[in-house]
Amino acid sequence: MSLIEITEVRKSFGSNEVLKGINLNVEAGEVVAVIGRSGSGKSTLLRCINGLEQINAGSISVAGQPLLPDDKHLKALRLKVGMIFQQFNLFPHLTAGGNVILSQTVVKKTPKPEAEAMARRMLERVGLAEKFDAYPDELSGGQQQRVAIARALAMQPMALLCDEITSALDPELVGEVLAVVRELASEGMTLMMVTHEMKFARDVCKRVVFMHEGRVHEVGPPQEVFTKPKTEELQRFIGMVGEAG
Amino acid sequence: MTEFTTWDILRNLLLATRWTLVLSLVSFVGGGLLGVLLLFLRIGRARIGRIFVKYYVELFQGTPLLMQLFLAFFGLGLFGIDVPPWLAAGTALILWTAAFLAEIWRGCVEAVVKGQWEASASLGMGYLQQMRWVILPQAFKIAIPPTVGFSVQVIKGTALTSIIGFVELSKAGTVVTNATFEPFTVYGFVALIYFAICWPLSKSSQMLERKLNVAHRNH
Repeated sequence: MSLIEITEVRKSFGSNEVLKGINLNVEAGEVVAVIGRSGSGKSTLLRCINGLEQINAGSISVAGQPLLPDDKHLKALRLKVGMIFQQFNLFPHLTAGGNVILSQTVVKKTPKPEAEAMARRMLERVGLAEKFDAYPDELSGGQQQRVAIARALAMQPMALLCDEITSALDPELVGEVLAVVRELASEGMTLMMVTHEMKFARDVCKRVVFMHEGRVHEVGPPQEVFTKPKTEELQRFIGMVGEAG
Repeated sequence: MTEFTTWDILRNLLLATRWTLVLSLVSFVGGGLLGVLLLFLRIGRARIGRIFVKYYVELFQGTPLLMQLFLAFFGLGLFGIDVPPWLAAGTALILWTAAFLAEIWRGCVEAVVKGQWEASASLGMGYLQQMRWVILPQAFKIAIPPTVGFSVQVIKGTALTSIIGFVELSKAGTVVTNATFEPFTVYGFVALIYFAICWPLSKSSQMLERKLNVAHRNH
């Protein structure tokens, strides 16, 4: 059984069908990059997996936990799969440490000292141990995104969804975030990431999914996808974003 | 004819100011409590609650406070209920304040960016947990300046209750004028007293706005 199972998923916004029957399985420990033009449905797909968008048809499950629209099932699913956002979305009224502690104490009812110890470990893991007491607006974009990763990791998810997590960063800050993700990948974390970092996708990912007009257009290992694209759409896309390194 | 000294005038006005302050405080605290209740109905999950508060707010924002005072004062009288001016004034002002505060606060809750809902949801929080730990603490900060600012409107709103016979600062001004025939002096003092109460509030609202904005740079 795959860790993430996506079967015949359809999603429409009004009359606009964004996902037109997606089938995709992600194995435990696998690192999958989802690429494609803007509007191809890749972010929507990611947001459907943890129920931030409601699907219109099909089914999704993560570690055997089915995606169902009621609060109880959603919570159970979201404990299995964390998400990192393009805009970081740190809680601005809490310190970095507070950001990592909050959901542990509120959702998992972890006692405060344990949650704090976990927060310190996770911040250390992303290289920000000394920023425990800093507020988000005192951190750079790259540091904020790393706190967001620590916050998601503290919930001990089985998989992480990364939605263009470096797109809002200044170029010189992209590297530090990708280094953290690379580290996670090497530790065996299951990652599904929508990204424009083709070089990173090529180096780190085991599989690349090319989405086009709401469908999975081509899937394969990065060498194949980037060097021998089978379809014209993928060829054009790769030509457009520039050769991947 | 009796002669009135300036001190006589001022003393009487200041005595009546107590009632302006009491009425303001009662309206603001009562309206605030009711406003919180309305706010939760307005942003809650129950459709009927949202609709009720929406129309409630529209009703009170869409009619003059003076009419609301008249309705509270004379309207209940039609049903044979004898409403003393203080009760009508207090009731109308509480209902009016609640409507405005609920609407101001709703704006503050909605000013919290969508990403905060999504991030907290993706961490497994339920609606009430999101509200309690993520949304309301941020909305609260945003709400302080406009709330303090609105308290000035409440204080000035109490002046209207003079028309239904509640003796507060404005009504006292009229009474004293009728006795002294010095309208300019009397109303000049009345205005100065209102200003002395309202100005510090407006000023602190502005200061809070500046201060909280600095502490709440949202990236």
